[in-house]
Amino acid sequence: MASSTYVKAINAALAIAMRADPRVFVMGEDVAEGGPYTATAGLAEEFGTARVRDTPISEAAICAIAVGAAQAGLRPVLEIMFIDFITLALDPLVNQAAKAHSMSGGQLTVPLVLRTQGGAGTRGGAQHSQSLESWLTHVPGLKVVMPATAADAAGLMASAIADPNPVVFVENKALYFKREELPDAPPAVALGSARVVRSGDDVTIVALSRMLGEALVAADRLAREGVEAEVIDPRTLVPLDLDVIVSSVERTNRLVIAHEAVESGGLGAEIAARVQAAAFDSLDAPIARVGAPFAPVPLSPPLEDAYLPGAEEIYVAVRTSLGLAALGS
Amino acid sequence: MAKKASVGPPDAAGAFDAPTAIGLLRTMWRIRAFEERVGVLKRADEVYGLIHLSIGGEGVAAGVCSQLRDDDAVYSGHRAHGHALAKRAPLERVLAELMGRSDGLCCGMGGSMHLVDVEHGFMGATGVVGGNIPMALGAALAPRLEGGDSVAVVFFGDGAVQAGHFHESINLATLWELPVILVCENNGFAEFTPRSAHTKVERVADVVAPYGLARETVEGSDVRAVWEAFGGFLQLARGGEGPFLLECLTHRLRGHYEGDAVAYRDALSADEWQRKDPLVQLTRVSTAAGWLTEDELAVIEAEARSEVERAVEFARASAYPPVELIGQLVYAAGTPS
Repeated sequence: MASSTYVKAINAALAIAMRADPRVFVMGEDVAEGGPYTATAGLAEEFGTARVRDTPISEAAICAIAVGAAQAGLRPVLEIMFIDFITLALDPLVNQAAKAHSMSGGQLTVPLVLRTQGGAGTRGGAQHSQSLESWLTHVPGLKVVMPATAADAAGLMASAIADPNPVVFVENKALYFKREELPDAPPAVALGSARVVRSGDDVTIVALSRMLGEALVAADRLAREGVEAEVIDPRTLVPLDLDVIVSSVERTNRLVIAHEAVESGGLGAEIAARVQAAAFDSLDAPIARVGAPFAPVPLSPPLEDAYLPGAEEIYVAVRTSLGLAALGS
Repeated sequence: MAKKASVGPPDAAGAFDAPTAIGLLRTMWRIRAFEERVGVLKRADEVYGLIHLSIGGEGVAAGVCSQLRDDDAVYSGHRAHGHALAKRAPLERVLAELMGRSDGLCCGMGGSMHLVDVEHGFMGATGVVGGNIPMALGAALAPRLEGGDSVAVVFFGDGAVQAGHFHESINLATLWELPVILVCENNGFAEFTPRSAHTKVERVADVVAPYGLARETVEGSDVRAVWEAFGGFLQLARGGEGPFLLECLTHRLRGHYEGDAVAYRDALSADEWQRKDPLVQLTRVSTAAGWLTEDELAVIEAEARSEVERAVEFARASAYPPVELIGQLVYAAGTPS
């Protein structure tokens, strides 16, 4: 075990995959220089700029190039610097990568990893702070991964690169430099396996990405008030490990779903729909969702702080689910 | 004309001789017979979806693909039947695909605009105009990173040139010096609108001029010109050079898609079509050179038409794919080697 960070774990996972397989290569804007968050720092020095390819600001073309390269047998790891810019890459991602296997009758595979990062809290404004992952979960053929910890970032990256399908790997910029004890070789994490991060019998909290830390803060506060929350990190949105969530809800009878994305149309709606269909008789309260308001991310610090959901909102949602008033903090 | 050293297709352009011309004529007649039959099948509602025929463009498909190997990647657009056939996709399976049958190239999952035949390096047609261009660049990265002398070729129309991904791709292909040959079929129409209504730049070769890539504009009806120009680029690309742009001025005899009323342009006179029909042109060249007789030509045409009729029977006899296929092909299972 050694002290590491989320971004270092990603960097190390990329290096391990590149050492193991010469077909793996990295491309994106500024990747040879390490990118704005150092996720690819040092890779060009070890593997050369043919395998760590800087690209112009041409998201549509570089995503399609990655698709073509994957179809030709290479294993591209493409970086789209901010998920906000994925709009420019959606044609190759949605119309080409996601459909190639099906449209070709199974002839083509697209072993592509699209790394990107989202999330607010850095005063980045409305075009550098979004959480757009739920769009991608609506596209059959894509897998969508959203690690919340350094260990999972490393383990999921290994599985994403090994996967024969296009995988969108959504990192969170606010987690990059959070310190975490990490084994030297974190084990691979299978896509589609949720993790029960904290056990409890009174309520289930499903928390995505950065909301996991917030949910754990809320759970500690609730525990001091005699409420034991079970906290689950789905880790991958597609495929979604519904079984772990449903079996938890069958025990706790209450569910709160937290994500940083706008609540309306977010993944919480999908999880809520699936859980009520699978465990309607187990529910003692309406499923609650915690997400951002239906508004673009504001710049001004007090406004952005008010906009972002966090431990307080999760705490209130749990208390409400239990029919309890929130206590003063 | 001085005879070039003949290394012969499929590796590189040698002399344009009798076997070359006859091979091209066979391919072009197969495409022509296929497309004419598909037009009839469309009117009978036996092929599905939007059907874009390439009658008038056979010379480009044949002149380019006849020189390629199976490990050369070809990407095409929505008007792809001819390219797939010229790249040696089995004709009866192409037709079965258009008819949505289980024996189709893609098990009936893709259709006319999404033909794929990986075995022969036909890596895919796409229904999104211009979206195929950067994908071919990705295919050209493989020999760059893994070695080998395979190349990538992408066919697109002049309508794709006004799309952003065309310009991003030209920039990247030249920046990275990729072994890719961009083949533009400039038929002067983007869907229903003449090129003049979409851009001030008449020639696609002029659009890319600032990037300094080698480029050539030829008459698409002159198969020999297409074959020689492409062969020259191919030889250089095999040696690791690139990219190249070959602009072929073609005429689309039919509308944008089958059923298009074609109210936006005047029909060609029979005389004009004779001048623009690549089959007529190559026939004239071949018979004048004494490479084959009218009788032999008639046999080539008859063989092509009977192959297409057999394909119609093959496709009609093929079952529709099972409904279970919808869910089975969404994701590739397991880890590819």
